[in-house]
Amino acid sequence: MTQAESPAKPERLSGAEIVVRLLERQGIRILAGIPGSANLPLYDALLHSKIIHHVLTRHEQGAGFIAQGMARASGQPAVCFATSGPGTTNLLTAIADAKLDSIPVVAITGQVSRNMIGTDAFQEVDTYGLTIPITKHNYLVNSAEELLKVIPNAFRLAASGRPGPVLIDIPKDVQLEQVDVVQWPEPGKADSNPPADGLLLAAAAKMIAESARPILYLGGGVVHSGAAEQARLLAEKANLPTVTTLLALGTLAVDHPLLLGMLGMHGAPCANLSMDESDLLIVVGARFDDRATGKLAEFCPQAKVIHIDIDPAELDKLRASHVAIGGDVGTVLEQLLPLIQSQERPVWQARIQALKTNSPLRLPGLDDPRSPYGLVRAVADCLDENAIIATDVGQHQMWAAQAYPHRRPRRWLTSGGLGTMGFGLPTALGAALAEPENTVACFSGDGSLLMNIQELVTAAQENVNVKVVLMNNSTLGLVHQQQTMFYGERTFAAEFTHVPDFVALAQACGVRAVNLDTAADPRAALAEALTSRGPCLIHCSINVREKVYPIVPPGAPNREMLGT
Amino acid sequence: MQNICSNRTVLELTVNNHPGVMSHVVGLFSRRAYNVEGILCLPVGDGDTSRIWLLVNEDKRLLQMIKQAEKLEDVQKVRRLAADDNLFARLESLIMA
Ligand SMILES: Cc1ncc(C[n+]2csc(CCOP(=O)(O)OP(=O)(O)O)c2C)c(N)n1
Repeated sequence: MTQAESPAKPERLSGAEIVVRLLERQGIRILAGIPGSANLPLYDALLHSKIIHHVLTRHEQGAGFIAQGMARASGQPAVCFATSGPGTTNLLTAIADAKLDSIPVVAITGQVSRNMIGTDAFQEVDTYGLTIPITKHNYLVNSAEELLKVIPNAFRLAASGRPGPVLIDIPKDVQLEQVDVVQWPEPGKADSNPPADGLLLAAAAKMIAESARPILYLGGGVVHSGAAEQARLLAEKANLPTVTTLLALGTLAVDHPLLLGMLGMHGAPCANLSMDESDLLIVVGARFDDRATGKLAEFCPQAKVIHIDIDPAELDKLRASHVAIGGDVGTVLEQLLPLIQSQERPVWQARIQALKTNSPLRLPGLDDPRSPYGLVRAVADCLDENAIIATDVGQHQMWAAQAYPHRRPRRWLTSGGLGTMGFGLPTALGAALAEPENTVACFSGDGSLLMNIQELVTAAQENVNVKVVLMNNSTLGLVHQQQTMFYGERTFAAEFTHVPDFVALAQACGVRAVNLDTAADPRAALAEALTSRGPCLIHCSINVREKVYPIVPPGAPNREMLGT
Repeated sequence: MQNICSNRTVLELTVNNHPGVMSHVVGLFSRRAYNVEGILCLPVGDGDTSRIWLLVNEDKRLLQMIKQAEKLEDVQKVRRLAADDNLFARLESLIMA
């Protein structure tokens, strides 16, 4: 039986029912959202679905990030719902975040009825116009019939090529419009990837063979493509010292001998310094983000560039490449591997070893579970390699990036491109809903956590296995650090004068809380909290003077790291 | 001869013809503070597609703009017209006459 079987006789269905049926056929089993006047027909249809579990959030941004959490953990498009007007504007941050990190999310929003569009009707905003620059594509649906094309196409687009968010805005009267459905369309799925040009592959292989000091530079595209294995094989075969971006942490296991660590503003000194001496960068699924490159004009000044990326617009966008290969990075690496010669490069390997020894990433306090790095490591000690780590944005995010032993792709969910505070908790919730068998730990800061704290109630409601590890410095820590270091210690609007009792707050939301500050044995308390099922907030006070080191000053080249 | 086309180039986009397309296309330029000097849009054939001509300054970002335009789902094709194409100069003389 094919997916496109036609029913014996046409079914008379509303637009809303068509949406729900198409989502079911698409394989959607969980979706998050909030109802309101303009999407009530959709909710009325969703009520009758026996296979889709709706997660009612407390803010639409939470629903958007739950979808992201599901999508980031699984690689499959995930869905969120919001009503028109404020429901939709509340979603925008999560959509923009998905755009910058290339996450396949399908957002379905209610809109006022067609005859009211453009009249400043109650809860009308120009959703289409608002979302053009933050989606991969968007639709304003004009008829119930059109949904049969638009919904599968939205899923296809979200997942194809460079993934990204797609928004479908559906006027209320279109949701209510009844049409006969004669035949269901095939569910939308990612387009297949064409092979890369053989000449370019040969040129790349030759450059790698001739390079004396190559570096393999892995980005988030390696995660999206599922190409971590191919990247490892390339690194091993050509003997390539490897760095990863923030988003690509875990694509090469932390203890792999070729791994130098993360590059960039808070990267490993040996990674930044090796790149500075490199004569060839093999850039795979990365886009030369400024937090990764530092001052671009002085980034890897001696290096030629091989750039492999699925998005042709990324090639030569910020850094001219000598060989640019447009294509799915997994497919390209698969084709490139047979052309690669094994190589020793003893001089470069010796230099890399020296840099690793003399300029390692320093993680002071690892043995103290109540210090930043020590807490990250103590959490890791209690988790297996299936555990998923989400973060918010700030110092805690960088401490977790640096100290967590990342071993596998799709286990590290962090807001890279947009750097959105409030990302962590709802994204962790989404990941936990997608993988109920695994533990999801979310490293958060007191500033970030408060931005979506309401989703603690959702965590209790869904009884998800999410552990919020709150590193509480009662401060917007990263801002405080920047002001201290680069604004003459004029700290302002960074220290909170009022701080909630987070333990009581979690409990008030129906979530268990553990306070490491008062625990007689913090490691034991941590282990118990992380290994018993269900949501839990783990609170730990952090000294406001703790810094993220190293740090490349804004506008400086990566070799000029402070605090190494 | 100096005319409005000097140091400028014309991009010809073949696009799906629906109300949102123009916003998508000009949005690419506006959010990069890249001015569009002239714009013309006409339906093609049965009206399912249309063609948009953009008169833009020669700029080192032009190649990036073309690539970004090619990524738009509703854009079927992007072509850069020959340097001596004076479509907009002819239009100008038509309107100014
Ligand atoms: C939504 C949003 N607003 C503002 C910022 C700017 N910002 C970046 S880090 C940071 C401080 C984060 O504080 P906290 O979550 O407490 O983490 P900490 O740095 O203390 O670990 C701020 C305000 C941001 N990234 N996101």
